[in-house]
Amino acid sequence: MMIKEKRQIFIFLLFALVVLLVPIFLKGSYFLNVLVFIGINTLLAVALNLLLGYAGQISLGQAAFFGLGAYISGILTTRFPVDPWLALVVAAGCASVLAFVIGFPILKLKGHYLAMATLGFGIIVYIIFNETVDWTGGPSGLSGIPNLRLGPFVFDNDRNNYYLVWMMTLGVMLLSINLSQSRIGRALRAINDSEVAARVMGVNARMMKVQIFTVSAFVSAIAGSLYAHTITFISPASFGFNFSVELLTMVIIGGLGSIYGSFLGATILTMLPEFLRVFRDFDIVIYGLMLILITMFMPAGLIGGIEMSIKIIAEKIKGSAENNA
Amino acid sequence: MLKVESITQIFGGLTALENVSFSVAPHSITGVIGPNGAGKTTLFNIVTGLYTQTEGKVYLGDKNISFFEPEVLARLGLVRTFQNVELFGQMSVLENVMVGLHTKSKSGIFSCAFKLPGQIKEEKRIKEKAYQWLEFTGLADSADVTACNLPFGKGRLLEISRAMAVEPQIILMDEPAAGLNSRETAGLAGLIRKIQELGVTIVLVEHDMELVMDVCESIIVLNLGKKLAHGTPREIQENKAVIAAYLGED
Amino acid sequence: MDNPSQLVQYILTGLSNGAIYALIGFGFAIIHNATGILNFAQGEFVMLGGMFTIFILSFLNIPLPMAIVLAIAFSTLVGILFERLAIRPLKNVKPLSLVIITIGASIFIRGAAMLIWGKDTHALPAFSGNEPLYVYGATIMPQHLWIFGITILIIIANKLFFSYSILGKAMRACAYNAYAASLVGIDVKIMVLLSFVVSAAIGSMAGIIIAPLTMTSYDVGIMLGIKGFCAVIIGGMSSGLGTVLGGLLLGLLESLGAGYISASYKDAFAFIILLLILFIRPEGLFKQKETQRV
Ligand SMILES: Nc1ncnc2c1ncn2[C@@H]1O[C@H](COP(=O)(O)OP(=O)(O)OP(=O)(O)O)[C@@H](O)[C@H]1O
Ligand SMILES: [Mg+2]
Repeated sequence: MMIKEKRQIFIFLLFALVVLLVPIFLKGSYFLNVLVFIGINTLLAVALNLLLGYAGQISLGQAAFFGLGAYISGILTTRFPVDPWLALVVAAGCASVLAFVIGFPILKLKGHYLAMATLGFGIIVYIIFNETVDWTGGPSGLSGIPNLRLGPFVFDNDRNNYYLVWMMTLGVMLLSINLSQSRIGRALRAINDSEVAARVMGVNARMMKVQIFTVSAFVSAIAGSLYAHTITFISPASFGFNFSVELLTMVIIGGLGSIYGSFLGATILTMLPEFLRVFRDFDIVIYGLMLILITMFMPAGLIGGIEMSIKIIAEKIKGSAENNA
Repeated sequence: MLKVESITQIFGGLTALENVSFSVAPHSITGVIGPNGAGKTTLFNIVTGLYTQTEGKVYLGDKNISFFEPEVLARLGLVRTFQNVELFGQMSVLENVMVGLHTKSKSGIFSCAFKLPGQIKEEKRIKEKAYQWLEFTGLADSADVTACNLPFGKGRLLEISRAMAVEPQIILMDEPAAGLNSRETAGLAGLIRKIQELGVTIVLVEHDMELVMDVCESIIVLNLGKKLAHGTPREIQENKAVIAAYLGED
Repeated sequence: MDNPSQLVQYILTGLSNGAIYALIGFGFAIIHNATGILNFAQGEFVMLGGMFTIFILSFLNIPLPMAIVLAIAFSTLVGILFERLAIRPLKNVKPLSLVIITIGASIFIRGAAMLIWGKDTHALPAFSGNEPLYVYGATIMPQHLWIFGITILIIIANKLFFSYSILGKAMRACAYNAYAASLVGIDVKIMVLLSFVVSAAIGSMAGIIIAPLTMTSYDVGIMLGIKGFCAVIIGGMSSGLGTVLGGLLLGLLESLGAGYISASYKDAFAFIILLLILFIRPEGLFKQKETQRV
């Protein structure tokens, strides 16, 4: 068990190291720009994974929290003289409070009912983004959102943004991994496997689900705020139902409950449309197909598949070594 | 210890329990028997807060627990096992028991995510404690097995280990011997006695009459939702109404 | 409400939309009762009905009724394929997987429709012209009458099918207890397939009769689907009167809300109603509470 923990720390450090070194090798700024979005999407996928992969509760309204983060941040900094950092904190705070409040009634629901309710919530928020034109600029969007800055250091180019976003993403990934192997993570996974049994063991399932929903909204809103301050322009189209489905696809492809899986899923779904034209036209068909096929044939996602193949290969090697001996 | 007062449960048109009352003495082993559909599981579901009874009250000691949620009851020391084994299938055996220690620990989401020192210490304590419970039930060898890969008999034991980790005052077991072979059943009888020795009150729903007559000090018979008899194993074995119910007469 | 004819107009629109929602709700209930699945892709059948009809008409020079029959046949075929390819192969899956698979199917069908037919909005010709009738100063399109007529017919047919036909009774038996049904010789697999057939057929019919009034495009399925879901939730997951009332209620509230409060929040009203119902009475307005078995 200690070995497992050590290995985990090692893997994370390795991952973090690679992430931090990448910009040195990538001078071409376009690719770095894509990596910034991969970071933001990873953040969002991890946030959904906490809810869906750990606790087994689906949400089709994640884009709404992402959007709330972006819009609250955007509105505060463009219409009021609010510091972007403060705006980020307020945005994350507001989204969490909202999640906490609606979490109680919404997480009483299960399965399809929960999916429909979160979808309904997401669409209501989306309609509000579109219709409150005086605040949000409506369908044509909100521009001129200022960049974040630390003293003289302004996050206005891809390299700086990369570090900004990825520091946040790495932090959230580490915390999520920690959470999984803890009392709270176990309680969440227990709820996922058998909610009644978890409750009988003293786990306050309702509260636990609301908590993780709130955390998920908090992280999504931070991602939204970072998004708004890095690209400086937002419009409702980025926060609709399709994006919620995209996030769901990222989590499912990577593997439910796997934090690196979420990174993998986010990477794949961010890169493919960037580099494959076909993908851009076919995107929702492919997402739909992926959701079906992965759920049917690879329920542990790509990471699960990779782990499985490593195991099989390792056993083969071990087996042949034993045969030789 | 546990007192059930005039419990009635109606599902739609079906009366699953009708005016059932009894009480269970502290530190005793009480059997609840009855033909299929008699309402035994329903009774457990009401006592453990999973169902809301149509009428009647439940007391734990002096406390009226009639409408308590299961998670609150766990903290008060009332736990159960399930007839259709409800393990946390994707988690290891050890982790299953660690969930049983949920009420015995208190790190919040923040200290868990940041691995604060208190949390690390607590985690270590939970792990050791969980391991001890696995040794208690004889599952320690399987600690790292994923629960869904466990053979059925061990699954039943794991449910008991997990419930014991809550350190209950009273444990309700729903057909713990169902699906076990005779050797496993014998082991189970020993385990039940061992649990009693820890000072835990036990209520047992079981179809295996040999086991029930062997370990139980008192037996409650349910039939078609009604309490038919309550007495010592000997009294029950000689009770005409009970015999009639089991032979399917009216 | 200074203008009574306007009110009548809103009510008419609300009722005709509501009838559609009820039909879509039926589709949800039929599959749910046979399989325990809430088919997220239900709205896509509705979209397929309208789109198939439009494109059959534009490619084949055949009369509208024939095109409608063909369109329903095609939509039903999609339903069959969905069941055979994505539902039947599943064994012992977690409920969450079913949720995800039907979501996947729904966006897959929508995406495919977009690729095949493009993103444009299309109008189906009205069944019998656009000469409006006037009732208390409100205009009724003949299509409204078609909607009411066909909806009533489907409700009656549905009732007769489930109450009197052998197949309908067999499907109800499966819904009640699939295992017991299989013991008395009912082929549960066929019944599940049949539920997809019936529900795709009803859904696509709904999509066809509404298309002349509201236009249709590849993406109308989500909104219509959720509203149908809302109707069936109000009706307590039955394909009966409760769902019809649910649909009409939703249609009315939505139409009055859009008329008197704000048109741009029309869809939001439906979703707020959905959330309220789910929060307050998820078991439906007309049904007794059930206890989940443990
Ligand atoms: N949630 C529920 N909804 C409707 N009916 C229920 C529910 N739970 C139990 N019942 C019904 O109540 C009756 C009693 O069931 P129960 O499970 O308590 O029987 P049991 O004594 O445990 O039987 P067995 O020995 O087969 O486990 C049965 O007729 C059952 O169908
Ligand atoms: Mg039982």
